[in-house]
Amino acid sequence: MTDWTRKTAAQMADALAAGEVTSVELVQAHLDRIAAVDGTVESNSVHAFLHIDAEGALEAARAVDADRAAGVELPRLAGVPIGIKDVLVTKGLPTTAGSRILEGWIPPYDATVTRRVREARMPILGKTNMDEFAMGSSTEHSGYGPTRNPWDLDRIPGGSGGGSAAALAAFEAPLTIGSDTGGSIRQPASVTATVGVKPTYGGVSRFGAIALASSLDQLGPCGRTVLDTALLHEVMGGHDEMDATSLNEPVPAVVEAALEGAQMDLTGVKVGVVRELSGADGGYQAGVTQRFEESLDKLRAMGAEVVEVSCPSFEYALAAYYVILPSEASSNLAKFDSVRFGKRVEKATVEKTMLATRAEGFGDEVKRRIILGTYALSAGYYDAYYGSAQKVRTLVQRDFDAAFEQCDVLVSPTTPTTPFKIGERIDDPLAMYLNDIATIPANLAGIPGMSLPSGLAPEDGLPVGFQILAPAHEDARLYRIGAALEASLTAEWGGPLSAQAPELEVAE
Amino acid sequence: MTTMTYEQAMEEFDPVFGIEVHVELNTKTKMFCGCANEFGAEPNTQVCPVCLGLPGAMPVTNQKAVESAIRLGLALGCSIRESSRFARKNYFYPDLSKDYQISQYDEPTCYEGSLDVVLDDGTVVTVAIERAHMEEDAGKNTHVGGSGGIQGADYSLVDYNRGGVPLVEIVTKPVTGMGDRTAEVARAYVATIRDIVRALGISDGRMEQGSVRADVNLSLRPKAVAGESQDDVPFGKRSETKNVNSLRAIERAVHFEAARQASLLLAGQPVVQETRHWHEDTSSTTPGRSKEEAEDYRYFPEPDLLPVQPSREWVEELRGTIPEHPAKMRARLREEWGFSDLEMRDVVAADALVLIADTVAAGATPQAARKWWMGELSRVANDREVALAELPVTPGAIAELQGLVDEGKINDKLARQALEGVLAGEGSPAEVVASRGLEVVSDDSALEKAVDEALAAQPDVLAKIQDGKVQAAGAIVGAVMKATRGQADAGRVREIILQRAGVEG
Repeated sequence: MTDWTRKTAAQMADALAAGEVTSVELVQAHLDRIAAVDGTVESNSVHAFLHIDAEGALEAARAVDADRAAGVELPRLAGVPIGIKDVLVTKGLPTTAGSRILEGWIPPYDATVTRRVREARMPILGKTNMDEFAMGSSTEHSGYGPTRNPWDLDRIPGGSGGGSAAALAAFEAPLTIGSDTGGSIRQPASVTATVGVKPTYGGVSRFGAIALASSLDQLGPCGRTVLDTALLHEVMGGHDEMDATSLNEPVPAVVEAALEGAQMDLTGVKVGVVRELSGADGGYQAGVTQRFEESLDKLRAMGAEVVEVSCPSFEYALAAYYVILPSEASSNLAKFDSVRFGKRVEKATVEKTMLATRAEGFGDEVKRRIILGTYALSAGYYDAYYGSAQKVRTLVQRDFDAAFEQCDVLVSPTTPTTPFKIGERIDDPLAMYLNDIATIPANLAGIPGMSLPSGLAPEDGLPVGFQILAPAHEDARLYRIGAALEASLTAEWGGPLSAQAPELEVAE
Repeated sequence: MTTMTYEQAMEEFDPVFGIEVHVELNTKTKMFCGCANEFGAEPNTQVCPVCLGLPGAMPVTNQKAVESAIRLGLALGCSIRESSRFARKNYFYPDLSKDYQISQYDEPTCYEGSLDVVLDDGTVVTVAIERAHMEEDAGKNTHVGGSGGIQGADYSLVDYNRGGVPLVEIVTKPVTGMGDRTAEVARAYVATIRDIVRALGISDGRMEQGSVRADVNLSLRPKAVAGESQDDVPFGKRSETKNVNSLRAIERAVHFEAARQASLLLAGQPVVQETRHWHEDTSSTTPGRSKEEAEDYRYFPEPDLLPVQPSREWVEELRGTIPEHPAKMRARLREEWGFSDLEMRDVVAADALVLIADTVAAGATPQAARKWWMGELSRVANDREVALAELPVTPGAIAELQGLVDEGKINDKLARQALEGVLAGEGSPAEVVASRGLEVVSDDSALEKAVDEALAAQPDVLAKIQDGKVQAAGAIVGAVMKATRGQADAGRVREIILQRAGVEG
């Protein structure tokens, strides 16, 4: 019997169209898989989902099947199930952003991307786990307990979108949605051997995405293959008048680019290795560097020219990011005051109620960043912190501009190391923040980035990610280069890397 | 401590004031969402995820509000910034749904203007405008129980209908050198702003409904000593009196604060820099929170919105829509209409200027238009406790009514009855005259008959008239009018009486 959960989204879509499977069967297969392996925090299982909407997903699937039977023309991914990061509001489905302060809140409206997923007729399996308000690189900061990496349940699945990445790696969903503020799509993709894309800032509407840092946040697609990710990208993207920062231009032709890339011809493509992100100065795990170099060889073998470029301002990117992000977050998270929605710890006055609610509802990492941001925006400190950080941001953008004059895409390892153990860095915020050193510059500049698997590190057998960055609006380049590299590596591996993940213990 | 009067304070000190006026724009929708912008709806019925600040919601700038703000800026002589940003003003308060207000901070759209303010005696004072910026209004708290304030209330209710309503805040530069006319200038300034926003049609300009609200800053400094320039004397500590919401209150707030501060200073006590609450009932102020411990609003550029970048062409197009300065228009109309200063002041005070102008434009003489609006219509408006403009009658109808009088179809008394019908919704003046049968009786034979009957009934009066006491004819006129239920042309009746009596008119 076919295990549908092992198929790609594109294969599922084709099988649905060919009448080889029904959407109900697909949804049920994934619900069964979730029931078998996702478990709970207590069972130390994957715990990728915070909320499962079995009935809603099956109902959507039945409707798709009925329409297909009736000959109704359907979107490409109609009937293919999906998981949505809990950062997106979903009408009628609990939405917490991984925070206890929103426990029990049922949004009265859909995010634009949620609406587009529904319009694409994709059954929503449920909401995936995340670091609280997307603050973290390990999903350990979820208010509802960590998600575990399917490759090694003692290790982190990355963050903040650890739930969305782990769900893919554990074959609990073929596609998921993530949000990337400093790497929250790409770093989890890297450590789970999946694919994740942060589109150009403004390429996907943020309306209905619970904001972390508005000038950095971007929603994006997550999948197990580059093509699957492209298919979801086209569902999510496009102008939205509800988001003033949404780009008023068509979605880039990313599916076409992925198909073109799969032809494995990169003749004439110039690939720039960013010296500051390449591990050339040390600090990167040996196996990470090794796999990265091998991937560069693959690109060369397909006709690409690889050059080295330097982005000297990236040295300051992490520091600038950790001023801008907490500053915006401190303001974005003010609304969680118990007055209109969410948790309320009732006290004698409204001021005391707000204080008690926020003290009890927010976790430590969230409080840490609210304090940092509040400080950075304070009168007398604004210029030194926020003002300086914005200047660094401009410098980072200029570095990218200069680099893209020399090459079509930039590449680096997505993360300096393979996934670390749960608990290993929880008390060392700075070590945790360093995970995102290679992913943060793209957010500061608003450019698109992708992470895709480049193999397993020989020393620990854990996934290594390869990051591709392109100029703003040129998301299609990521898919072309990414699909080429994927095809080349898959041929060498004799199949997708995700298939090599260890079998998970199945619950009775 | 001696309590001083305003006049005494002005003798001792040099006052400096500044005013922040908040104008609620009358756009159809709110500043950053599609909710209706209307006063008086049921609480929390004009709300959505955006103005409720629900997680995930994002603002989108209302372009009509931007247009109104730019037009207001142009009317205030401001420069319009080619690129201006919104900023977040962060503070926690239950009526502020996002716990930050979207406002403008370091890059207001309109800046560096000036406004001529005409005082009652015709003196023109130029007030320098620092900026006019856009922002959103907060919701409205109602505190239940206790004294009605937030302290000691049993609980509080919040209505977010007002949350997100578009505002323009106009900030003056410090106004100096006004001496004892400070209160008068402050009042005239706010009145001028109100007149301008009405003339622009961008706001209802109703202070009593809060669509124009003022905060009054006042400080006192010592008068310059001989050989010293007043400009070299540093400003004193200022108070900011919040929500002074009528023209009369502006004047009174300046009086109260000047007297209060002067009393403190003369007693050797410091004036505390603070916000103060205005109390309409006692015409006094009490301290709010002190500026020393004022909140740090942690302003930063609003990342959810793009900068406002009006094209030069658009700004010039909008400049072409700016109406004449209300004071200049008043002077011009007074001249054209031949009204006295007093008449004009009454017209302005009654908010009848535009109504009269429109009535004149519809064909009535200025005198006739003034007579209707300042007479009968003012009386009706007063009875009904509504503004003149709210009466269910148009300037066109008034001009038509007067036309019927001028044609002799109706007399003044019948015209008042016709107006009553118009106000009752019975139709246009001509329709009411027709349906109520109000036309004057101009058929001489009918009038002659009525005159003859009246003269026969009062032979003594006839004798008096024939003796030369022509004014006695009034009694007969009255009798005839009564007999014809007011529908006779009184002038014609009088002529017939004199004819019948054989007396030359």
